[in-house]
Amino acid sequence: MIEVTNLVKNYGDKKAVKGISFTVEKGEILGFLGPNGAGKSTTMNMLTGYISSTSGHIKINGVDILEDPIKAKSNIGYLPEIPPLYVDMTVDGYLNFMFDLKKCKLSRKKHLEEICSLCKISQVKGRLIRNLSKGYKQRVGLAQALINNPPVLILDEPTVGLDPNQIIEIRTLIKKLGKNHTVILSSHILPEIQAVCDRIIIINKGVVAAHGTADEIARNITNQHKMTLRIEGSTHTKDDKQVIVDAIKSIDGVKYVRADMEREKGIYDYDVETDGQTDIRRAINNICKEKGWNILMMQLSDLTLEDIFLKITMDDSFVNNAEKKSPKIELDVKDGELIASEIEENKGGEK
Amino acid sequence: MGAIYRREMGAFFTSGLAYVFLSVFSLISGIFFFFNVIGSGTSNMSSMFGSMFIIVLFLIPILTMKLMSEEKKNRTDQGLLTAPIGLWSIVLGKYFAALTLFIIAESVVFIYTLIIAVYGEVMWASLLGNYFAMLFLGSAFIAVGIFVSSLTENQMASAVASMLALFVLYLFDSLASNIENEYIQKAMLSLSFYSRYIEFTSGVFNLSSIVFFISTAFLFNFFTVRVLDKRRWG
Repeated sequence: MIEVTNLVKNYGDKKAVKGISFTVEKGEILGFLGPNGAGKSTTMNMLTGYISSTSGHIKINGVDILEDPIKAKSNIGYLPEIPPLYVDMTVDGYLNFMFDLKKCKLSRKKHLEEICSLCKISQVKGRLIRNLSKGYKQRVGLAQALINNPPVLILDEPTVGLDPNQIIEIRTLIKKLGKNHTVILSSHILPEIQAVCDRIIIINKGVVAAHGTADEIARNITNQHKMTLRIEGSTHTKDDKQVIVDAIKSIDGVKYVRADMEREKGIYDYDVETDGQTDIRRAINNICKEKGWNILMMQLSDLTLEDIFLKITMDDSFVNNAEKKSPKIELDVKDGELIASEIEENKGGEK
Repeated sequence: MGAIYRREMGAFFTSGLAYVFLSVFSLISGIFFFFNVIGSGTSNMSSMFGSMFIIVLFLIPILTMKLMSEEKKNRTDQGLLTAPIGLWSIVLGKYFAALTLFIIAESVVFIYTLIIAVYGEVMWASLLGNYFAMLFLGSAFIAVGIFVSSLTENQMASAVASMLALFVLYLFDSLASNIENEYIQKAMLSLSFYSRYIEFTSGVFNLSSIVFFISTAFLFNFFTVRVLDKRRWG
């Protein structure tokens, strides 16, 4: 439905988007995730033909957006970050204007009524957009995108500035729309993306940092799977600990086992790391059954989307900077006191 | 184009701009009609049309000032530019909306003919010549105003800059007379809106002037389209 290859956008010297490629299938909800300024909005603006790409291709429903913009645009409903609302019009007047603008051939009254009830704006139809609350404005923006039933919906941060109730409503609405439309949705709110999207693209500094379902991304980021076990041994003594550690270590695919602190009397937690390919849960269960131990808890400590997001977006920028900025300290002992002094880095170079 | 035209017409009236424009136009043309036509006991309205040049010059930027600049400022241009319509439809929709309002304002002269008809005979040929001259002048000025409006996000800046631009065009006559070089002088005079317009009020129907006004309108609408297009590539 949407095919993007090697999309690049330069603003003068600044490279906003550096070669993004992805495809979205029909009826899929794709989430764009990334910190502010990562290139999400720029990419969406290019997808909708609002700005053009420096290089690369975008095909919407098989039509290149630069070659036949009018045909490609007729397949898209777009809700930009700031909804394009004429505040001096009434909701009804505005939707009628968009209906004409999109050259919609459907039955006007019926189509607009459907959209209004879907977005729950029927009761504000006669009001000036200027006087609506932020939440209603957002919904009118969404209604505008739905006019003419475009097969592709592109929504740039649709829930920003809404209260929690409205966020849940809009999310439910998007899920509902995802059944008949291809949806691309951007956000910097992780639970939102996780709740709504089938597939996620994490964009950072203009490149695709990760791509796939939330689980797939997690698997790619962490090769090892971690697991925490709480096992009740037979004797409730420290001897149990070593026996259990050895037993788990003997399972295929286990790379590392460590006994953690005593949680209940004579019962310990064990941190287990696997190679990421073998599922060891059943093997552990079997061993425990054999030896007469009880598994009191088994918890997979997979990375959450939040962890992944932080890991991807902070990895090269934040961590490196922090390392660079931390001063190098020289320790010296003088008259029995420990003296720490900062080393000036350019000291040697100047001499 | 139709959708944008209807929206802009609606916006002119809901914002009150249309009422201000129409009343100021009627008031000033009424004053000129009273003093230049009725006061001097003639049924020839040419002198009124001659005096209206400078008024049109200052009123049209008010009509066009927010046509493009407001769209950019409120980000509503995102709605237009991502809709399945061409750039020409956007620009022409706005252009014809402003032109329609100008024609409505200008048509107030037909009320004056009723007054003249009571006391004497209406000089229809001269009147229609003047009427269309002003229409063509307005159509060129509106295109210039929309073009300037597309360059800024601030409607006041847009209004002042368009007035200035049109005023410089108006000054071309006096500037040209101070220029020694014959060719430059000729070129400047041929670009003069004022002398071309005044020609009509003195009863000369010059086809080349009509072509000049229409091509100016086309050219500046084309520039506006280019500005919108360039913004996408920026």
